[in-house]
Amino acid sequence: MAAGVATWLPFARAAAVGWLPLAKKTMPKPPVDNTSRSDEILYVNVSGVRFQTWKNTLDRYPDTLLGSSEKEFFYNEDTQEYFFDRDPEMFRHILNFYRTGKLHYPRHECIQAFDEELAFYGIVPEIIGDCCMEEYRDRKKENQERLAEDTEANEASDAPLPPHSTSRERLWRAFENPHTSTMALVFYYVTGFFIAVSVIANVVETVPCRPPKGSVKDLPCGEKYQLAFFCMDTACVLIFTFEYLMRLFAAPSRCKFMRSVMSVIDVVAIMPYYIGLVMPENEDVSGAFVTLRVFRVFRIFKFSRHSQGLRILGYTLKSCASELGFLLFSLTMAIIIFATVMFYAEKGTKGSTFTSIPASFWYTIVTMTTLGLVKLDSVLQKHWSQVYHQNFIRLKVRLARIRMAKKGTTNAFLQYKEDRDRDSDSTALCVKNRSAFEHQHHHLLHCLEKTTNHEFTDEMNYSELCMTESVGFRTSRSTSLSSQQGAQNNSTGCCPRRARRRAAMRLANSTVSVSRGSVQELDTLHIKTTSIPPQTRSSLNAQADDLKLNCGEQDFTAAIISIPTPPANTPDESLPPSPAPIPGILRNTRATAYTHDTVKISSL
Amino acid sequence: MAGCAKRCKQGLVKFALSLHKLVTGSLIKDKADDDLEMTMVCHRPEGLDQLEAQTNFSKRELQVLYRGFKNECPSGIVNEETFKQIYSQFFPHGDASTYAHYLFNAFDAGHTGSIKFEDFVTALSILLRGSVTEKLQWTFNLYDINRDGYINKEEMTDIVRAIYDMMGKYTYPVLKTDAPKQHVDAFFQKMDKNRDGVVTLDEFILSCQEDENIMRSLQLFENVI
Repeated sequence: MAAGVATWLPFARAAAVGWLPLAKKTMPKPPVDNTSRSDEILYVNVSGVRFQTWKNTLDRYPDTLLGSSEKEFFYNEDTQEYFFDRDPEMFRHILNFYRTGKLHYPRHECIQAFDEELAFYGIVPEIIGDCCMEEYRDRKKENQERLAEDTEANEASDAPLPPHSTSRERLWRAFENPHTSTMALVFYYVTGFFIAVSVIANVVETVPCRPPKGSVKDLPCGEKYQLAFFCMDTACVLIFTFEYLMRLFAAPSRCKFMRSVMSVIDVVAIMPYYIGLVMPENEDVSGAFVTLRVFRVFRIFKFSRHSQGLRILGYTLKSCASELGFLLFSLTMAIIIFATVMFYAEKGTKGSTFTSIPASFWYTIVTMTTLGLVKLDSVLQKHWSQVYHQNFIRLKVRLARIRMAKKGTTNAFLQYKEDRDRDSDSTALCVKNRSAFEHQHHHLLHCLEKTTNHEFTDEMNYSELCMTESVGFRTSRSTSLSSQQGAQNNSTGCCPRRARRRAAMRLANSTVSVSRGSVQELDTLHIKTTSIPPQTRSSLNAQADDLKLNCGEQDFTAAIISIPTPPANTPDESLPPSPAPIPGILRNTRATAYTHDTVKISSL
Repeated sequence: MAGCAKRCKQGLVKFALSLHKLVTGSLIKDKADDDLEMTMVCHRPEGLDQLEAQTNFSKRELQVLYRGFKNECPSGIVNEETFKQIYSQFFPHGDASTYAHYLFNAFDAGHTGSIKFEDFVTALSILLRGSVTEKLQWTFNLYDINRDGYINKEEMTDIVRAIYDMMGKYTYPVLKTDAPKQHVDAFFQKMDKNRDGVVTLDEFILSCQEDENIMRSLQLFENVI
């Protein structure tokens, strides 16, 4: 729960006096609070820098190091203070979190050092305030990429050969690190040379050469020295094929190798030659064959094995793929719009080159790229990315946090009730690892239960209750008509959708096996929202079970798995259309009430 | 026809203004300025001595309370939206906003639309340290939504329904739709002595004093602070 909530709990409990005249049952006894009432100042010494704070401040977050009894391990009796041998600069931020309830990420600090401090003090990074969350995530992503690169480089480094390695392993290693043996180095340079030769040959064969005797027209060199170029091409392709086959043989995991990018490039580089060999000298298909030769230019990408820089470029492109994708999309949109405008503008005039909209595409593209409208697009895209982060990502993070908090509270309270029932001793409340705050909060909820004479329960039990009730009423037909109707109305009124959904879920669960992990990832959840009104948690809560999550003007389209609509064979009820089972899967009510489901968020 | 022309003109003026803002690049800035102004409103409570005289808290307790209050609301006041958010966090199962609304009106004795620290502390003083009569009077004020001195069935039904809303959907036994109504009927049965359909303050206090359970429960929340 949020920090500030602890401050308001006494007033919420005091306000419970308003329930007393209405209470149907007697109120439970409040939890015994043995802690001292007066507030005291604690001294915290972090590597010589002395901090002072109220004990209440630290108690706001009981599941962190400073808020729990774990800090007693660091208590120094002689100096009457808590001593931590950590960075005082970082501690300042940690302490500010307790004071203000918001954790900020200092931009000048190393992300890993910050993460380590958070881990030490038992603070989860998810509670970083919205103001610093983007920066934190960006830095973290950057850092992870760099680490990934480093580990890859380390793996590929000159580590000594493990003894008793097979020739296959040695061969693979020779391919991956050419510096290990002379033969590998030679092979590396030879392939590099042939790649260059092949690319240069491609270019040169289109240059016009002097025409042979007896002809006026200029011929491209490729046709003049056809045999020579053909021999060179054959030699290159032979070398490339040999290299590819050797790599395939040496690869530790052939499937993985065949799926890797470099292998695809290799294949694309040599296929045109072989296709050209088997294709007949037919006029019709030679056009297509010429097009295929274009793919020979992909041989230039084979250089990325030889160049670290090219590989890093590839990683960069991969990491901002989403932004690039959007850039392309917005460019396409703009092109279509302008092309249409141009086409209709010039429709009437004679001799216009814009004979159709696609014909005006070319004009639009050239104009846009020439005038640097791509730059405008990049400006737009930067703002878009900001807005996207602000609205979508933050919303998702906030929703996920709320959902986690709600689940946590619910689970804790139900656990408390279970413990209480088991103990069957109303005076001595069993003190597990629960803070005084939790005790008091549970007491408050218990008072509410006594006021209304209903108990809190979780979804699973509730749906089971509904099922038993509705089934019970169906079987007993001997009761008087009015009461039966009334009761049946009530029971169907209470959870008709629930019953349908549960039945649909059971069927859907049996037809589609969905792993728990994949269910809980919000990867493919698309949130369409225009604005986020300052939403109160209560309205979120009230509709959270209705998985359309109508928070203001938002729409949820769950696009996870296409589940075939289960056949409508549930008794007397027609199933709702397919969106219903999907939220059921999302909800995953198979989870027991007392497990904390972690909700993973991944940015789109 | 005249009204239509006026509205058209107003619309045109607004459009021209927003176009002007668009051109000068100040379209978004206004909103941010507005927000900035709002947060500058600040309220300071009366002196510590005065509050100590007015309430039943000691100086230390007031200090602790104020520190917590100020930390949460640096501006010194709590508006209804914030109040609802805070209160809802204690009842994650259901919808606490309706009851929080009534509670807010009960705390906001001066009907200013916001709770200051004095209101907060005065109400707490009554609820935790007040006499039985004061507590019951406060509760009566909570139930009496329109402040006319009488609780009628509609007001009580609203309150009770708001309380049941806080339970949420997943309850045992299953919440029937007429549960609030039954609850209100039982309440009036007990409280409305002269069966005139409304409960006055005296009837309320008398009936509560007759009920031992209520009397006993009133002592429960003494040591909350």
